[in-house]
Amino acid sequence: MNYEPVIGLEVHVELKTNTKLFCGCSTVFGIEANTQVCPVCLGLPGTLPVINAKAIEFAAKVGLALNCTVATHSKMDRKNYFYPDLPKAYQISQYDQPLNMNGYLEISSSSGTKRIKIVRIHLEEDAGKLVHAGGKAGRLDASEYSLVDYNRGGVPLVEIVSAPDLNSGEEAYEYLTSLKNILLYIGVSDCNMEEGSLRCDANVSVHPKGSSVLGTKVEVKNMNSFKFCKQAIEYEIKRQIARLENHEAILQESRLWDITENKTRVMRSKEEAHDYRYFPEPDLVPIILSSEWIDGIKESLPELPSEKQKRFIQSYQLSEYDAKVLVNDQSIAAWYELAVQAYPTNAKGIANWMMGDLAAQLNENKTDIFKLKIEPQHLAELVELIDQNVISSKQAKDIFLEMFQTGQFPKMIVKSKNLIQINDPLIIEQAISKIINEYSQIVQQYKSGKQSVFGFLVGKTIQATDGKANPKMVNEMLKKNLDV
Amino acid sequence: MDLSYAEVRYIAKLARLELSEKEVESYTAQLSTVLEYMQQLDELNLKDVEPLTHVFQMQNVFREDKVAMSLPQKQILQNGPEVQSGHFKVPQIL
Repeated sequence: MNYEPVIGLEVHVELKTNTKLFCGCSTVFGIEANTQVCPVCLGLPGTLPVINAKAIEFAAKVGLALNCTVATHSKMDRKNYFYPDLPKAYQISQYDQPLNMNGYLEISSSSGTKRIKIVRIHLEEDAGKLVHAGGKAGRLDASEYSLVDYNRGGVPLVEIVSAPDLNSGEEAYEYLTSLKNILLYIGVSDCNMEEGSLRCDANVSVHPKGSSVLGTKVEVKNMNSFKFCKQAIEYEIKRQIARLENHEAILQESRLWDITENKTRVMRSKEEAHDYRYFPEPDLVPIILSSEWIDGIKESLPELPSEKQKRFIQSYQLSEYDAKVLVNDQSIAAWYELAVQAYPTNAKGIANWMMGDLAAQLNENKTDIFKLKIEPQHLAELVELIDQNVISSKQAKDIFLEMFQTGQFPKMIVKSKNLIQINDPLIIEQAISKIINEYSQIVQQYKSGKQSVFGFLVGKTIQATDGKANPKMVNEMLKKNLDV
Repeated sequence: MDLSYAEVRYIAKLARLELSEKEVESYTAQLSTVLEYMQQLDELNLKDVEPLTHVFQMQNVFREDKVAMSLPQKQILQNGPEVQSGHFKVPQIL
């Protein structure tokens, strides 16, 4: 039978505010345990939460960037459950009146652009961090006790819930990378999976293709990179199909991705139905946002990746692929535009250098592009020198490396190393005569039909000019000489 | 409206309350009476009334995103029955 996977993603994103959602405790990551905690986020009796205005602003930004309707009237709710990461025994979240609803995100898939609906984006507080220790430390189901750090407890979080519109691990990967890029563009989160500021759970089911009935869904957790997310979803799809083919039922359960075994396994949980008994948070009054305020937030959004990509294609005549690679990183896109401003004549040439030699160096050095010694104006000048035939592309590669290492303008390097390309036919002619004399045997081979030695002669001629002869001219002139 | 014995047991479990047989019996009766009393509200016609989540006419109580002092770690941990290397130590969760 032909099966169709159906996937929905829940993404938790920590907002980059200075303070927690309901108190003034700092949100800095990596600080000593339980030192960013106060009576409010510890849930001590008699304390009252007060909402951080910045968190509302950031959450609304997320909603607007993902094409949601921002609610003019929303409220916080209390979600009740006992778990040591929640000192209050409830989490303040949003239930039936989330801040953002009905949005979408467009991803590129094998069948072109695909619109993934976003059901809701609500605001809530993060829980504390548990370290499972003793026994098989690190594994929740095999540890003897847990250690609790409440520094993270109360940090503002948005939960972004997609509709089950994704149909493969690849699409989920695309969705996550696009989502992360948008969040980085609007500057509301670091989206650092290693530090837990972006976390993802997937709901995965399969059903016969064309069927309108959805299969039983399994929740997959513990995927701490987009790559693992894709792998876990792909594994889970195969596992479920194999079970169905075997006439075995799919159990509704939570599974976690086991990095060492490369498979999902059942998460042991207490035999207890989730019954959160949500009710309106009595300690917090409603959040009423005027449409003027919402419009203001919308106007404050920067150009988003998809818009930038379209503009790059139009203004700079880039291919869709080139534009996508460049806008994938906000800094790289900005750097590119500065370079193009300095030399607008060849935007495509600059893009090629950025995606080739510069990208290779960036990968090796793993740093922000604006922290490099090489500056946009430098690259612009290099491309201009090539276009004006001052240097050859081959020379440019060496000059580029030097620019990268020293931060010098290419003209300086060309001058100090006397690298100017030789375009003078007389000098080239001299070099050619010299090589024809020196390699008369090889010239004979060429004349008797062995075309493959031509490249050798070109190389030798260029060498004879210390690598400075215009390769195109050498090619043409040598051919003329030999073919007489 | 009568609550069942099982419902009271379930509610007690959610609230982490340990109840004796006798307590369950008496709470079943008491809670049923409370619910019955509240049910009088069902007689009101609320067709055109918006649900109310708060009795005060207040909205948008926000604060600025300014860092304030947290408590010293020692004070934070002082009520923890068990503490280990700056953390609260809690029994096995599962």
